[in-house]
Amino acid sequence: MRSSTAAVRPWVSFLTRGGRWLRRERVFAPLLVLPAFLYVVLLVGLPFLYALYLSLTDATTGNPYGSFIGLRNFSEVVQDRVFRTALKNTFVFTLSAQGAVILLSNVLARALSTEFRGKGFVLFLLLLPWVAPVSLSTIGWLWILHARFSVLDWVAWQLGLLPHGQNTFWLGKPNLAMFSVVMVHVWRMLPFATVVLLAGLTSLPRDLLDQAEVDGARFWRKLFQIELPLLLPIMSVAVLFGTIFTFTDMAVVYVLTRGGPFDTTQVLSSLAFFKGIVGGNLSVGAAISLFLFPVLLVAAVLILRAARRAEVT
Amino acid sequence: MRKRGNWQRALRVGGRALILVAFCTFTSFPFAWMLITAFKRNSDLYNPVNNPFWFNEPPTLEHLEYVFTKTLYANWIVNTALVGVVVVAITLLLALPAGYSLSRFLGPWGTQLGIGMFLVYLVPPTLLFIPLARVVSELRLHNTLWSLILIYPTITVPFATWLLMGFFKSIPPELEEQALVDGYSRLGAFWRVTLPLAVPGIIAVVIFSFTISAQEFVYALSFVTNVARKTVSVGVPADMVRGDIFDWGPLMASAFLASVPVAILYYFVIDKFVRGFTTAGAIR
Repeated sequence: MRSSTAAVRPWVSFLTRGGRWLRRERVFAPLLVLPAFLYVVLLVGLPFLYALYLSLTDATTGNPYGSFIGLRNFSEVVQDRVFRTALKNTFVFTLSAQGAVILLSNVLARALSTEFRGKGFVLFLLLLPWVAPVSLSTIGWLWILHARFSVLDWVAWQLGLLPHGQNTFWLGKPNLAMFSVVMVHVWRMLPFATVVLLAGLTSLPRDLLDQAEVDGARFWRKLFQIELPLLLPIMSVAVLFGTIFTFTDMAVVYVLTRGGPFDTTQVLSSLAFFKGIVGGNLSVGAAISLFLFPVLLVAAVLILRAARRAEVT
Repeated sequence: MRKRGNWQRALRVGGRALILVAFCTFTSFPFAWMLITAFKRNSDLYNPVNNPFWFNEPPTLEHLEYVFTKTLYANWIVNTALVGVVVVAITLLLALPAGYSLSRFLGPWGTQLGIGMFLVYLVPPTLLFIPLARVVSELRLHNTLWSLILIYPTITVPFATWLLMGFFKSIPPELEEQALVDGYSRLGAFWRVTLPLAVPGIIAVVIFSFTISAQEFVYALSFVTNVARKTVSVGVPADMVRGDIFDWGPLMASAFLASVPVAILYYFVIDKFVRGFTTAGAIR
């Protein structure tokens, strides 16, 4: 009995000393961060580097290691007509959707900026598109835009905008399909931008606005000379987030059109998915998705700068 | 003079109401549409003469019944919940200590690391699904829920760390120091004093992580092809459509059932996210 406690004692003292050592901030503070940090390095950092490497090989699912071929994937991809359409579409989608979102969210946030009865319910209805699983809500749109039973067509018939029984084929014609995808993106991103802007609006310095009113400033003057400039930093945070999410999203395109008709609504991320995962061409898929990266980097830097300014005001 | 004031007021209130009604219709219409379609008989649904906004024939439960007896919907819901719960646990386990340490002890280093973490949140699935597909197949996790459990924290951990960092910052360190003076250990002080004050932030993180894993589409589509192991956000679009045949009744019923509960959950924490987003970079 006695001998075993004696044998244990050094361990106990080691542990308590270890405990004391662990209790020192310089030691335990980094230790607390380490698991999260390692996780991110292992599952985001290294895979990203691996994507860089893959894009320089001819790896496929059948031959996952491939061999080094330099920049050939990139030069082939750039010459591909479908890729160029996808690149153009990615920018068209993002810019037009975000343009509409800025405009509409400003109107909407302003309408929401005062208290009224039932505001909670209104907010709930407005938030739905953002918080519902996108793949499922997009199926809802798929049904709304149906080739034969589109409810929009039915309304158009009743209003006499379209001869009864004639269909628009929302997702069947390139321009309309494009319009539909942009509309669903706007629908999805609007709530987020609105909520952020609303938070900004309510934090505007009240006395400044009151003073302007006393000085006789009218609506437009107040809007353009005081409110918008003050809101600009926070608005840019909302816009940049929206841009990143629209720029990299493929769920809407995948569910709504699969990139069709004839690849006219293909975006970079959906194309990378179809080539890389569905088609098994890992290296080409990686090369395509890497085209997103420079734009994301710029957006991230801009977000940080905008956010810092938002904090100052 | 007073009369004109009243007129202007009425006009402003009316205009506001009009704007709100228009926007609410736009945002919630697809969900209303799902709900109506879910209870409509097929003979009513596929008759272009009928008014689509109303029940021209009596409503039916056949679509709901179909969803739960003829498809794996219930299975997908269970999978989604399972993945969600485990992802929430992993996220808290990693993000709580990290957020605490970054906000309390690491000073300017903590801030830099925190910003780094936040930027990781912005790395999109699109950029990672091909390399991660390799990782998943090397680890032999392809076609298992474990692949999703492994991958989803790459989205949730960075944002949760960032969010919690903000919450811990807002709790004065003096409270903890007082507890230390009172004889608590570091851990005890954290557990008894700081953690209870951070509960709103923790709830936000739980709901955020859960809904992210319930909504995620790209990874789930790439890594799980076995029908019985899918989550609801992929199962419905991928497997409730047979070839070109869309059964709109069951499809809309299942989309509605999976969308609205998530929305209700989210509704309670929305202001916390906004705070998390708008103070991005609040720490210099």
